[in-house]
Amino acid sequence: MSRSWNWDAVWDFMPYFWDGLLLTLQALLFGTLLAFSLGLVWAIALRGPRWVAWPVIGVTEFVRNTPLLIQLFFLFFVIPDLPGGPTLSPLVAGSIGLGLHYSTYTMEVYRAGIEGVPAGQWEAARALSLPMGHTWRAVILPQAFRRTVPALGNYVIAMLKETPLISTIGLTELLLTAREYGVQSFNFMEPITVVGVAFIVIAYPASLLIRVLERRLATY
Amino acid sequence: MTWGLVSNWILPGLWITVQVALFSALIALVVSFVIGTLRTSELWIVRFLSGAYFEIFRGASALVVIFWFAFAFPLLFGWQLVPLWAGALALGLTYGAYGSEIVRGSLAAVPEAQREAGIALSFTRLQRLRRIEIPQAWPEMVPPFNNLAIELLKGTALVSVIAVADLAFAGNVIRLSTNESAPVYTLLLVIYFVLAFGVTRGMRAVERHAKRGVGRLPERKPLFSRTAAATANGSTTDGGAR
Repeated sequence: MSRSWNWDAVWDFMPYFWDGLLLTLQALLFGTLLAFSLGLVWAIALRGPRWVAWPVIGVTEFVRNTPLLIQLFFLFFVIPDLPGGPTLSPLVAGSIGLGLHYSTYTMEVYRAGIEGVPAGQWEAARALSLPMGHTWRAVILPQAFRRTVPALGNYVIAMLKETPLISTIGLTELLLTAREYGVQSFNFMEPITVVGVAFIVIAYPASLLIRVLERRLATY
Repeated sequence: MTWGLVSNWILPGLWITVQVALFSALIALVVSFVIGTLRTSELWIVRFLSGAYFEIFRGASALVVIFWFAFAFPLLFGWQLVPLWAGALALGLTYGAYGSEIVRGSLAAVPEAQREAGIALSFTRLQRLRRIEIPQAWPEMVPPFNNLAIELLKGTALVSVIAVADLAFAGNVIRLSTNESAPVYTLLLVIYFVLAFGVTRGMRAVERHAKRGVGRLPERKPLFSRTAAATANGSTTDGGAR
């Protein structure tokens, strides 16, 4: 029952497409903010005393080695069941899940960046008797961030490609708009292909940009 | 959650998950090596086509590819794939694209003199790859392949959305039938974690074997994947591949 490509279905789908794209980008933005900030918290905690570092290692290993899909279900279905647990909207649960999952990846990026700062910088800060918070803010992190930018950018692209998972808890982002359109119009082929192409169209220039950034920051 | 639910849904689901993981890992491994070596070809058209494959599957979301194989592919070509195979194929092709970057990077890291020696001994290109380049690149590939295998294992949960009755699907069935979500999803997370742990241990054994094969001593590593994840995520072979 193969049938040919229908451009009318594509044009018909486009208005829904933009709505879906907006939600996809929203989830990506919130997820990215959370992943970047939480990852930094993990990375700094790793350098803390043992009773801080070990639980962080345990939790992040667990989160990194289990599927994001199940984590989303956990956030969306289990958290409201807990006594006093808030009900999360799909967008909120999705952004938290995405951000939490990828914070365990950005953590490693930050960690590598922080370890790349020469030990002399730590020693100089100590010799000037800078307080700990000041050392992190003014000496270590500015130098560490430079190296982390391209790797962090790669994880933003990776997160973009994971946003369709949030459709499983009911966020009408790109993939779910395509499926819903398919259900009402019986045209599955066009919307799903359009959405697939859209991801490539967004992700490919972004990865080119990161490659340029990588070269720029490396030669500096 | 009763034992009946576990034995009727979780255990068969576990078996399906393992099957999907194995099939898609096999497809991904083949794709990685084929595309990865083609990307080092001397012909620009071959490099271009294999590079296009890599960019397309790296750029597309795995879940969208799964849906495409489940719903658009049958309409376009008139073949309906069994959901399990549609899922395994989509995952294999997607993660194979990531894997091709690992293969390409490791092959590029083999010293140039090795290739030249092969040419001097008038090996054909295939002989060179099979007898000289791949055996030396293989130990370098194993740690990033480990990370990819973990990503693939986590990715298998996605096939539940096209009605393959894997672990994640079993979780949803049990949530709907018992109205309790906490026990089943906690159990699922633990099962996936244990599976990932098993994969990492297995890949460590492969790595030791591979390093012994080229006369190098394996290094001591901590119990779980911390160092492996850290090195590969920082480098462009894995982190950059996404």
